[in-house]
Amino acid sequence: MTTVLITGTRPYGEGDPVDVLIDDGVITRIVPTVAGGRDAGGPDSAASAADEVIEAAGTVLLPGFVDMHTHLREPGREDAETVRSGSAAAARGGYTAVFAMANTEPVADTAVVTDHVYAQGQAVGLVDVHPVGAVTKGLAGAELAEMGVMAASSAAVRLFSDDGHCVADPLIMRRALEYARGLDVLIAQHAEEPRLTEGAVAHEGPTAARLGLAGWPRAAEESIVIRDALLARDAGARVHICHASTAGTVELIRWAKDQGIAITAEVTPHHLMLDDARLESYDGIFRVNPPLREESDTRALRAALADGVVDCVATDHAPHAAQDKCCEFSQARPGMLGLETALGVVAQTMVAPGLIDWRGVADVMSVRPAQITGLPDHGRPIEVGETANLTVVDPDSAWTVRGAELASIADNTPYEDLTLPARVRATLLRGRVTCVDGKVRAR
Amino acid sequence: MKHLLSIGDLTPDSAVDLLDEADRFKAALLGREVRKLPTLRGRTVMTVFFENSTRTRASFEVAGKWMSADVINVSAGTSSVSKGESLRDTAATLHAIGADALIVRHPASGAPRQVARWTAEMAQDGVAPSVINAGDGMHEHPTQALLDALTLRDRLGGIEGRRVGIVGDILHSRVARSNALLLTMLGADVVLIAPPTLMPLGADGWGVTVAHDLDSELPGLDAVMMLRVQAERMRGGFFPSPREYSIRYGLSETRRRMLPEHAVILHPGPMLRGMEIGYSVADSPQAAPLQQVANGVHVRMAVLFRLLVGGQVDA
Ligand SMILES: [Zn+2]
Repeated sequence: MTTVLITGTRPYGEGDPVDVLIDDGVITRIVPTVAGGRDAGGPDSAASAADEVIEAAGTVLLPGFVDMHTHLREPGREDAETVRSGSAAAARGGYTAVFAMANTEPVADTAVVTDHVYAQGQAVGLVDVHPVGAVTKGLAGAELAEMGVMAASSAAVRLFSDDGHCVADPLIMRRALEYARGLDVLIAQHAEEPRLTEGAVAHEGPTAARLGLAGWPRAAEESIVIRDALLARDAGARVHICHASTAGTVELIRWAKDQGIAITAEVTPHHLMLDDARLESYDGIFRVNPPLREESDTRALRAALADGVVDCVATDHAPHAAQDKCCEFSQARPGMLGLETALGVVAQTMVAPGLIDWRGVADVMSVRPAQITGLPDHGRPIEVGETANLTVVDPDSAWTVRGAELASIADNTPYEDLTLPARVRATLLRGRVTCVDGKVRAR
Repeated sequence: MKHLLSIGDLTPDSAVDLLDEADRFKAALLGREVRKLPTLRGRTVMTVFFENSTRTRASFEVAGKWMSADVINVSAGTSSVSKGESLRDTAATLHAIGADALIVRHPASGAPRQVARWTAEMAQDGVAPSVINAGDGMHEHPTQALLDALTLRDRLGGIEGRRVGIVGDILHSRVARSNALLLTMLGADVVLIAPPTLMPLGADGWGVTVAHDLDSELPGLDAVMMLRVQAERMRGGFFPSPREYSIRYGLSETRRRMLPEHAVILHPGPMLRGMEIGYSVADSPQAAPLQQVANGVHVRMAVLFRLLVGGQVDA
């Protein structure tokens, strides 16, 4: 039995500072912090007996973050990321649960692969790794994968996605939604009409036209979003839209929600912060799917996240080996690192301008993704009796991003040399400290 | 000016200066039996073509040789695109060999800019090669635009206030992009003429006019620049058929007669006679394809001279 005491922190950044005592993985006491500290004769004698004390004055305490959209690359591309390195990145980023996308090599379209990823995550123990199952065999979009078997396996797969590819065939998508309803699992769609994005490497707009880069039109995303909303309506199923990237997508989701359709959506930190002006350098670091859009889109996405039309932030953490990024822009593999920088980017784009407060951060980075994916002990209120999946955030600790210093094996961060305003001080998974001050604690 | 990667690297003054310099080289070589100037003696120029183009490579090669540079042709072929050797590795090798200028053609937009950045990063002594974009993907082909401008200046006596139509596959054309930038910079009215499927999104923000009907534009043009339509585009649904394209956008003899008499006809070559341009039109006195080729050498001499020896041009 281990006890951890976090002193002087403010849950959700609200109210007076408190000391939070965690006993055997559960929050057992939340008491006001005594001025001068507990050694000055505070009332809580149990606290002074804690095995570990995290002095956290000035911090904000949040429920541990949940990432619905992570690429861990294992099995197959362990040169870019492994379950171990990705778990370390997650712990440093304040995450207590991540969903590992199915586009591995081999594809996670059988319980053999999902169970392997799950077991690896358990063995590492830094973050709950929930494997995502493929919707279709080999992500080929033609035949449904054995979703029921994966759902019933030890990994208990709850989320299915062909991410990286769109389930483009409308009939297959309809069947997937219907079948998922019967299993009470969720389909997450990478919305990209493939015919409209053949050869595309950048957002279709004035910048791509000037730079001579083949364009990825907004309609390629939006046409799938509205189609899937209608299919979900007819199937009585839930559908989740991965990495919403356009102002139009926001309006379509708003409409669908108004109709009572069970649709949810995520936005990535990079689509909140970056726009296609970054492509000027032709640096492959900035190639991502969907592409960085225009400033009007980033503004719409921020507003939509603030007002709840977009439900949550998901990183789309996509590590790539250096040779897959340091090449011609059109040859660069799409994707960016995200786990360790997500909080800082959300703080910069959403909290600093006053679009949301820290309770809002808890909602979009923890509560909502845990609800959407059905995780019972993540995204819970910070209260006595709750499982201690927690993130301690220092809201005033500006730090400069250096790809080489991140825990990921890859270093393809789009924020190199950028200073972000806030940082994770500590992460606790079921009461165990997985990371403190950037140091990851393997079990 | 260190590199010529885009027309955007030029100012109106530096562009005019390059054209004037090209004229001086032309005059200097006029009537000479041995066309050899000592200008770039001891300098090494490499053409690095990841995509075939006999005419552009030969033009740069001749330009370098007429100025006594050592010109080395590196045949990069298309191998690096298949990721055998990465573009960055190739850049490192070329940097290590130590050329003064790299003339880069590449099927990927932006590749010359990346080569310039990488070789600058690699240069511990601060000495990195000048990079000239000899055509990159769908992006730009700045020396082609300069030679076109020189040809128009020769034929029309000036560019400012002239109306130039650029016709055809604007979307995929680096020649069109560079020309639209340069000609508007030099004060011309540019009208882009193509079906909407071959018109880049946002072209109306380039300071040009966008049009879809060639016939109504022809009488008002001082010059018409026909673009090459690549065979692979013809099946891509960009237009119904080569026949229809030719009927709507080909520069037939009938259409040539709709142009003002003084109008100049340009084509970057190689010409698809019969479809893009009528057989007789290409040989008409208004057509200037051979003058374009000749001017190409002088323009490239001017660019190499300015980049390697310096002078008044600034970026
Ligand atoms: Zn995706």
